[in-house]
Amino acid sequence: MSGTTLAASRSAARVVGVVTVLAAVALVELAIRGGAINRFIVPLPSEILLAIPRIIVDENVLHRFWQTTQEILWASLLLAVVGIPLGLLLYRVRILRLACETWVAALAAAPIVLTYPLFLVIFGRSATTIVMIGFAAGVAPVILKTIEGLVSTRKVLTDVGRSFRLSPAQQFWKILLPAALPSVFVGMKLGLIFAMINIVGIEFLINFGGLGQLINELAERYDLPGTYGAICFVVLTSIVFFDVTERLERWLRPIE
Amino acid sequence: MTGLAISGWRIAMTRLAIVAIVLAAWEALAASGLLFRDVVPSLVAIVQALWRLLGNPDFYANLGITGAEIGMALLIGGFAGLAAGILLGANRFLSRAYEALVYYLGPTPKIIFFPVMIMWFGVGTGSKIAMGVVSCFFPIAISAASGMRQIDRVLIRVGRSFRASAWQMVSKIYLPAMRAPLVNGIRLGLGVAIIGTLLAETKLSNRGIGYLIIQAYSTFDMPRMYALLIVLFVLSIGANAIISRLGAAKSPRAA
Repeated sequence: MSGTTLAASRSAARVVGVVTVLAAVALVELAIRGGAINRFIVPLPSEILLAIPRIIVDENVLHRFWQTTQEILWASLLLAVVGIPLGLLLYRVRILRLACETWVAALAAAPIVLTYPLFLVIFGRSATTIVMIGFAAGVAPVILKTIEGLVSTRKVLTDVGRSFRLSPAQQFWKILLPAALPSVFVGMKLGLIFAMINIVGIEFLINFGGLGQLINELAERYDLPGTYGAICFVVLTSIVFFDVTERLERWLRPIE
Repeated sequence: MTGLAISGWRIAMTRLAIVAIVLAAWEALAASGLLFRDVVPSLVAIVQALWRLLGNPDFYANLGITGAEIGMALLIGGFAGLAAGILLGANRFLSRAYEALVYYLGPTPKIIFFPVMIMWFGVGTGSKIAMGVVSCFFPIAISAASGMRQIDRVLIRVGRSFRASAWQMVSKIYLPAMRAPLVNGIRLGLGVAIIGTLLAETKLSNRGIGYLIIQAYSTFDMPRMYALLIVLFVLSIGANAIISRLGAAKSPRAA
């Protein structure tokens, strides 16, 4: 009984959330039509809505979406191929970990994306620059979470391995890696989200590539409904991306 | 594993060795001519540029502008985020209705809102502050909300039984009790506020550190750009460390 009321109040709250957003949009529409908000600064929400199908067709959004997705995929491949082994290396060579782990943590807090002019000089205004920035922005959490997962492997598991006289390679593949995987996935999820944010951001900043560039172009053309519509589209896309990575991570994580 | 204690001295030596290897590799790369000239300038050139930069009053003027923008952004975004977080954390209905919005909008690329911010707040410092606010609001709101939920119910009941007013509840119970998660939120917020503000400066401005960086890039003054990035990294990592120390200090009941 209480379960059903709980579920009912939960869905009621959700409905209130959605209704508030719709009401806010309607209010903005009214305020613009009434002249309280300048329509050359904020276009009508209805115009923005109408602009979305237009930009999807005219601006080749699917192709842009695929470009950005490709950049994210390359960056995630780099994150997995470089970040996880680096974490493993720091775990294996204990003195290196003691010396470097705080550096990696500091790197995670550093505004790496601000070095993008440096990447531009090295890799040119190209997809490589974008991928490399995405990778650089996301690699620190992958390393840190890989170390964390390996370090927190329960001792009883490694002891079982030792009592079966596993070779170091077997110990790694059969015990350490499976035990560390949940944490590694958390690291990959964080890294991917950082990579995605920075990739779209850099596309916007250097006016190159997929979805980020679309916003820059529309803004430079002063196509207001288009700009707002494209921003809504990119925000929705990143929400979907965020949701998918969360679900993927939960699905891959074994039951604890 | 823990039995093998490694002395601090050996760690320090390892660090020194790593730094020495990296610097030597850098210098070798600079001398080799493998990359375009000046992409990897000699360390001497970078140190000279750093010296010139730190002796230049113009640099401090720009640093002051960027610092003021970030401070302002953190103040506005921090208070807004704190208020939103306390409301969401204190009320289950509000949390169910609106928290998903904050949670999902948090990890979106904020810089794409910059064209809109320019239209709303102009091309000057206003739009940069707005970018910082938009960036730092989300981590602070999310941390404050989760901090509120972690507060010991007993403390809240004590406050209520003393008939504390809403303001007293916030200032005497909520804020002191959620200090650790809140400080962590401010730390994260500062990080993204720095990024938001400076990226906006690199895109469109005529003042601030972001502007200096992009100016060094467009005049291909690489040593100066490295010097600026080094200063920026030292300042932001330092600020981050200071804030996390504030959160760690004197919280004996954190557990």
